[in-house]
Amino acid sequence: MKKSQHRSLSPYRFPDKKGHFGEFGGRYVAETLMPALKELEAAYQKIKGDASFRKEFQSYAADYVGRPTPLYFASRLSEATGHRVYLKREDLCHTGAHKVNNTLGQILMALRMKKKRVIAETGAGQHGVATATMCARFGLECEVFMGDEDIRRQSLNVFRMKLLGAKVTGVSSGSATLKDAMNEALRDWITRVQDTYYCIGTVAGPHPYPLMVRDFQSVIGKEARKQVQKQTGRLPDYLMACVGGGSNALGLFFPFLQDKRVKIIGVEAGGDGLSSGRHAAAIGGGKPGVLHGQKSYLLQDPDGQIIPTHSISAGLDYPGVGPELSFLHQAGRIDFVSVTDKEAMAGFDWLTRLEGIIPALESAHALGFLKKSAKKLKKNSIIVINLSGRGDKDMGTVADYHGVSL
Amino acid sequence: MNRIETKFKDLKHQSGKAFVSFITAGDPNLATTERLMHRLESAGVDILELGVPFSDPMADGPVIQRSSERALKAGASLKKIIAMVKKFRRSSQLPILLMGYLNPILAYGFEDYFRDAAAAGIDGTLIVDLPPEEGEAIRRSAHSHGVSLIYLLAPTSDDERIGLVAKQGAGFIYYVSLTGITGAKIAADLSSQRALKTLRRQRTLPICVGFGVKTPAQAKKVATLADGVVVGSALVELIETHGVKNGLTAVESLAKRFSRAIHSLG
Repeated sequence: MKKSQHRSLSPYRFPDKKGHFGEFGGRYVAETLMPALKELEAAYQKIKGDASFRKEFQSYAADYVGRPTPLYFASRLSEATGHRVYLKREDLCHTGAHKVNNTLGQILMALRMKKKRVIAETGAGQHGVATATMCARFGLECEVFMGDEDIRRQSLNVFRMKLLGAKVTGVSSGSATLKDAMNEALRDWITRVQDTYYCIGTVAGPHPYPLMVRDFQSVIGKEARKQVQKQTGRLPDYLMACVGGGSNALGLFFPFLQDKRVKIIGVEAGGDGLSSGRHAAAIGGGKPGVLHGQKSYLLQDPDGQIIPTHSISAGLDYPGVGPELSFLHQAGRIDFVSVTDKEAMAGFDWLTRLEGIIPALESAHALGFLKKSAKKLKKNSIIVINLSGRGDKDMGTVADYHGVSL
Repeated sequence: MNRIETKFKDLKHQSGKAFVSFITAGDPNLATTERLMHRLESAGVDILELGVPFSDPMADGPVIQRSSERALKAGASLKKIIAMVKKFRRSSQLPILLMGYLNPILAYGFEDYFRDAAAAGIDGTLIVDLPPEEGEAIRRSAHSHGVSLIYLLAPTSDDERIGLVAKQGAGFIYYVSLTGITGAKIAADLSSQRALKTLRRQRTLPICVGFGVKTPAQAKKVATLADGVVVGSALVELIETHGVKNGLTAVESLAKRFSRAIHSLG
């Protein structure tokens, strides 16, 4: 079963013209947005083959974002695990996370589409900061929607966005987290679709967003693939990345999908544990459904209502996941696991103390998985982990967790 | 021919316009909704649109969002709503359509849903986040059970999309009066909107205009441009502000005024 499905991934022709990855993806939106999505798709097709766009993107990626980011051999982590562990240092990107790879691409597109106003949703605030940053750089009006709960736990990023000139609009409906911020951003887009560009921060939403964001984030995997071969002489045995919506994960994984020997592991947010019901593991604990314009795995009750999620990490606190990841899960190409808040915090402390790198709580999930499963992996494996962001923004949450008042 | 289709055929003979009213099913509870349905019928509503509450109503404004939250809190579900309509059907032939988001219908199983909906006497279904491009299998299922799958069109819709919806839609076309969410302010330029003009020339299906119709005077104006007018947030808001006891009477009395305004034409 698995084998034949693997064959069908080569050559890899997903999404199809309508934005489907097998049964997943698509374009499930209110009619008002359909023309805007078609306009966006046409604009994306145009820039995709445009050498001047690529040149512009690469120039900003190099001099403004700081690409290529290093692939760092973590020798003390390696010693501790008995493997060769490499960290893809997206935490060193301008603004502190991989999110900026995507906002750079999308804001350059918004400019070409002559949009004056940009909106975005954000959970941890990293995508909001990255969008606000690009809007400041290019003089665009920017409004970021953020759940009230996230505003509370990511107050530093809220302040950063405001310094950058963005308007931050709190969202109090539902669970007041990322999904509700996305609802509100969609409502705003429906209302102001003519002059507004909606910059979605992950590989989710209606077509062409999952495709577009994947392509912009694939720079991570393209660089990592070259770097790991240069440093070790071969491809890695494992790739690991945390998965919320899935943009850092798919960015790293995508250029390796055809490398059948490379095992790929996506780490979802297990919260208090999958059996507790308080988690954000869409693939581990959900089933296929439709939300935010796409069909994908979704945390929902038997009536199809979306279930409130929980994760210590605001960036992973989302009930869905990108459709391509659902597809690659079903095709057996990616293994999805989850780690709890506690295990993620152990990964956080571990990396901080052993390597002097403070990871974002999102990225700490991938490290938490390595820590707990290192012994079960084939000895002396080459492991590439996407260190998707740095932890500065999480100091408040971490202090709370340890019972320290700052 | 289901009750919605029959209703428009009858109205056409009388050159009358349809008063379509929207309320959220289960707000504040299903027993009240059932009573409200009878009141709306006696107030002169031609077609009743029942909102199926969803946890994440992306195309709805604050009024409908809050009513969905109240309904979900009181335990409303698609299954219970269908059962309520079945009971209502014993004493009424009012055309009824369900309006909501796709996920609850997928969770129910769309084949099962259309089978059960038809058996309960539900005539139409409008799924806000299901454009015709994604709707083929669902449309076939609806059609085979005699349920009209109603599509939306908007001021942003181009000729190609208008053609697509005119071809694939059933029952009527729900034209969203504005580029926005439910309960927003109605567009002043409705009569000059290109999409509406194009749509009116097609004349394949009846056109009902909704979103933002707040007063009987507005409804009367809108009715001159369409075959029917949808009134939603204005009624739902009364349930919120008046509570169950006085809400029923308040909704009924406002519905009567809308009915007179819309039915004064023709």
